[in-house]
Amino acid sequence: MNEVKAGTWVEVEKILLTPEQRAPQVPEDTRHTPYVMRVAGFLTADALYGTEVTIKTLSGRMVTGNLKVVRPHYTHSFGDTVEELLTIGIGGEI
Amino acid sequence: MTRDNSYQAVMARKNEIMKSSMGLDYETYRQGELAFDYERMMNDCGFTLEDIIRIQSETKVGNTPMFELHNLTAAVRKISAPGKGARIFVKDEAANASGSFKARRASISAYVAAQKGYKGVIAATSGNYGAAVASQAAQRGLKCIIVQEVFDSKGIGQPEIVEKGRKCEAFGAEVIKLSVGPELFYYLLLTLEETGFFNASLYTPFGIKGVESLGYELTNQIRSMTGKDPDAVMITHAGGGNLTGTARGMLAAGCNAQVIACSVDLSGLHMASDRDFNRKSFTTGHTGFGVPFATWPDRTDVPRNAARSMRYMDDYILVNQGEVFYVTELLAKLEGIERGPAGNTSLTGAVSLAREMDADKIIVVQETEYTGAGKHHNSQLSFAQKMGIEVRRGNPEEGVNGKSIVIPERLAQVKGHRQDMEKLRISYLKNAAKQLDPAKWSDIDRAFVAADVKKDLKWLDQALKQI
Repeated sequence: MNEVKAGTWVEVEKILLTPEQRAPQVPEDTRHTPYVMRVAGFLTADALYGTEVTIKTLSGRMVTGNLKVVRPHYTHSFGDTVEELLTIGIGGEI
Repeated sequence: MTRDNSYQAVMARKNEIMKSSMGLDYETYRQGELAFDYERMMNDCGFTLEDIIRIQSETKVGNTPMFELHNLTAAVRKISAPGKGARIFVKDEAANASGSFKARRASISAYVAAQKGYKGVIAATSGNYGAAVASQAAQRGLKCIIVQEVFDSKGIGQPEIVEKGRKCEAFGAEVIKLSVGPELFYYLLLTLEETGFFNASLYTPFGIKGVESLGYELTNQIRSMTGKDPDAVMITHAGGGNLTGTARGMLAAGCNAQVIACSVDLSGLHMASDRDFNRKSFTTGHTGFGVPFATWPDRTDVPRNAARSMRYMDDYILVNQGEVFYVTELLAKLEGIERGPAGNTSLTGAVSLAREMDADKIIVVQETEYTGAGKHHNSQLSFAQKMGIEVRRGNPEEGVNGKSIVIPERLAQVKGHRQDMEKLRISYLKNAAKQLDPAKWSDIDRAFVAADVKKDLKWLDQALKQI
């Protein structure tokens, strides 16, 4: 059930510091959140989604963390049309 | 034995980790409690400007084009008083290997890391520098890890930073993505310790020496295009390396043009705030870095910062987010080149300053950066709207950081405003006084502090009475 094969490109998540362990200088709103890391790599053994796994990263490090994303990809874009920009530079600037 | 990897324990190991990850002992430059031999530190890296240019040419860095922006200059003259409106030039640093001037900064570190036999390089940055290190490392056969602040506690990534992370991966780098907070440095130290890689910090002498070629090139290009020296050079300012390196390169070419810093005014937003993180539309080139780094450079991941902007800065212009987005759009529509908004901060400053300068004067915008999905003013504005920020046209001065972005309706509304240089210098002195009571400063400390803010001892004595 939801087994991910060894060698799959995945992203893991790991809590590096709990709210109590954070740096003393962090502001109030940040202080209540854990310090979280996400890193991608190749899964070293078959594993279930949502479990603790080990990956091999692009630099060759072994990193353990919770398996969060299978084959992570980018979705950032140029955004929705911002009409405020369209009328710039087509006359009437001066 | 397992090492103690708590925040406090790792920070306490900082100096030893730094020493082994760079092969540089900063203690040898110490001259007093505050003073260190800055010039000797810069020269000890052993590279002449000719060496830098040669090393950079091996990895697709430098020799970028200089363009005169005729149409933008003409538009500025139309809104200026008769006889005003300086010629605006731009150095197209987007033409470097990784799409920004940061390739210059990364090139020497990657070269040194390879020479010294390190297996890989690491850099902590959310900016163009990550892509630059990744690109240079790829060309030098080094492994690369980029440690990046990417997402808030809801897991939402700033689009510009997400794109910069993608670019690092495109060059084969491992990207460690972190949530908001100053502990980025903590994790950098841990990763340096784990891997034994070279610390390609932004703030080493290698990084700053690499930017000197930019100031040197731009001076020579303006001389050959116009037969004159530039009158002013506008530099997007954040951590101070761009300004320091460029100014040093200009001086090496014998150019004494005004060195003017320009940052996006993000006052009111906290840089380590989880909430504010995704309510700012600029991830660099802003006052959140520009002011603290100018007024106390030694707040970085190296014991002594080679980027000391106040040593070279003659003036400092602030612009707001709406003004930069307007000028970015105008650059595309009038000049036919699309470039990233953060890099256009200095262009916006130049547009505002050109109006005050005589028409026969020359102002140089010393960088551009690449643009693309995420790293584009339309994506930033669209994202800002999704975060609940109002976007409208009007008087840009009405914009409230974190709440609204007001894009000018007309070019004449792009005005910028001056940062008080004297206030910045006094702020530097206050920070120095926090390190050591001024009554205890030695003569060498006093001379160092004065030079660090581009002033003399007479000024220092007067200024110290104010703090």
